[in-house]
Amino acid sequence: MRPAALDRRSWREATARRRLAALLDPGSFVEWLAPASRVTSPHLATLGLPVAFDDGAVVGEGRLQGQRVLLAAQEGAFMGGAVGEVHGAKLTGLLRRALRERPAGVLLLLDSGGVRLQEANAGLVAVSEVMRALLEARAAGVPVIGLIGGAWGCFGGMGIVAGCCDALAMSEEGRLGVSGPDVLETVKGVEELDSADRALVWRTWGGKHRWLLGDADRLVADDLGAFRAAALELLAAPRPLELETLEASHRALARRLERLGGASDAREAWRSLGVQDLDQVAGMEPEQLVRAEGARRGIR
Amino acid sequence: MTPSHLLDALFPAGHAVRVDGPVLAGTASGPTGVVAVLGTCGAAEVGVEVALRLAGELLAVLRAHPGRPVVFLVDTRGQRMSRRDELLGLASYLGHLAATVGLARQRGHRLVAVLFGDASSGGVLPLGFMADEIHAVDGANPWVMALPAMARVTKLPLERLEALSRGSAVLAPGLESFLRLGGVDQRWEPPLAPRLAAALQRPSGPDARDLLGHQRGGRPLAAEVARRVAAAPGPVGR
Repeated sequence: MRPAALDRRSWREATARRRLAALLDPGSFVEWLAPASRVTSPHLATLGLPVAFDDGAVVGEGRLQGQRVLLAAQEGAFMGGAVGEVHGAKLTGLLRRALRERPAGVLLLLDSGGVRLQEANAGLVAVSEVMRALLEARAAGVPVIGLIGGAWGCFGGMGIVAGCCDALAMSEEGRLGVSGPDVLETVKGVEELDSADRALVWRTWGGKHRWLLGDADRLVADDLGAFRAAALELLAAPRPLELETLEASHRALARRLERLGGASDAREAWRSLGVQDLDQVAGMEPEQLVRAEGARRGIR
Repeated sequence: MTPSHLLDALFPAGHAVRVDGPVLAGTASGPTGVVAVLGTCGAAEVGVEVALRLAGELLAVLRAHPGRPVVFLVDTRGQRMSRRDELLGLASYLGHLAATVGLARQRGHRLVAVLFGDASSGGVLPLGFMADEIHAVDGANPWVMALPAMARVTKLPLERLEALSRGSAVLAPGLESFLRLGGVDQRWEPPLAPRLAAALQRPSGPDARDLLGHQRGGRPLAAEVARRVAAAPGPVGR
């Protein structure tokens, strides 16, 4: 892997606002309820904890190759992008706006450990409001695309939010799940999962595994431009919320359980899927893996 | 409350609901005809199999009975926490279940959730908390994480967290908190059948839980923040 810390094109290393700026046509981003509005978490203040003037969520609109899109970006540097009352309400407000204005799409730049435990109950309700607003936007024909490649991955309730999107793009470094490695180890013990085993964590939640199984629709390099290109492609191929599409998803998920339900590890799952060169997967560049798998699946 | 007691109380005119392990599914006689019933029991852990079964039952209702109201019965301690569920992509299975509920709403199915046991995290998000109205009966216990685990993760001392959680709707587990936050609409006392009948017959409207949370003092900012973002003026000349 490249030394990401030195890479100014790295999505993972970029802040939420830098990701937004790189994604959109230059100068087109307009933020709503920006930090100058000073809307902060009342609950963190009660606990005597630091607050942020954006509560870790940046929302607004911009142009992506001329198309008007609404966007939300979670800032992992503030409390791991976790969802509290204000953070969640910003995402919900954005999605409700999308329902009314029907933009070309909504892009969610996800980087979050899930519900913010310091305001746990409000965070859980907030995530459910985000989910409902997201699905109402989709039901009205507005595509919602998730982009996952931040340092915090996308876990907990936000992992379910990702599962509600039309489509997802992930980098190899991105991770997606519900119970993350730390939570699994804390609750179920180190025998269930050793969160220090980086390779195991990577092949259980990482972008390549999620793409090979079909959870992610695009696997991209950890690069701002690569995420922009993927967002454009996915916006052009929405998956409308209709009975036929959900029945197709249902069949795909049922088939996945039949084929992979007995797998004890990602490598076993990949073998069942027919992936060639299992030992090579970890070292391959995303483009290489996509090309090799594309060729193989095309032939089959 | 056991599922059969709850079903008898909600549907005195009759019900035919199968209890198959952690999953409840079937039909019942509602105030204006047949309603579908779907849910979990026994503090179910919702893993990939349960999520897929729930989604499959709901899709079958959508396909065969357009517009039929659906009552969700909720008793879940959360998502199943296992390496296998994560490996298989639990986020996609729970997201698919939630999307199926979203489609049901879009197609005009009235959706009412009744919490009657645990209602936690990844178990309650994709089904119960997606309903048009969310109510609770005796035994309902919504929560996110037990305080000792929360203390470990947040690195706040347990004693401090316990002290803080007293009177705090955002930290204290349980129904009182979720009522104040607007996450649960009403606590139903017996007789339950007329309560459910009234809920099923109310028209569906937009998600108003944040307004409820504001009125009840549990969430001072959510409604206002969402409204300001949803209505903020765009750039001039768009």
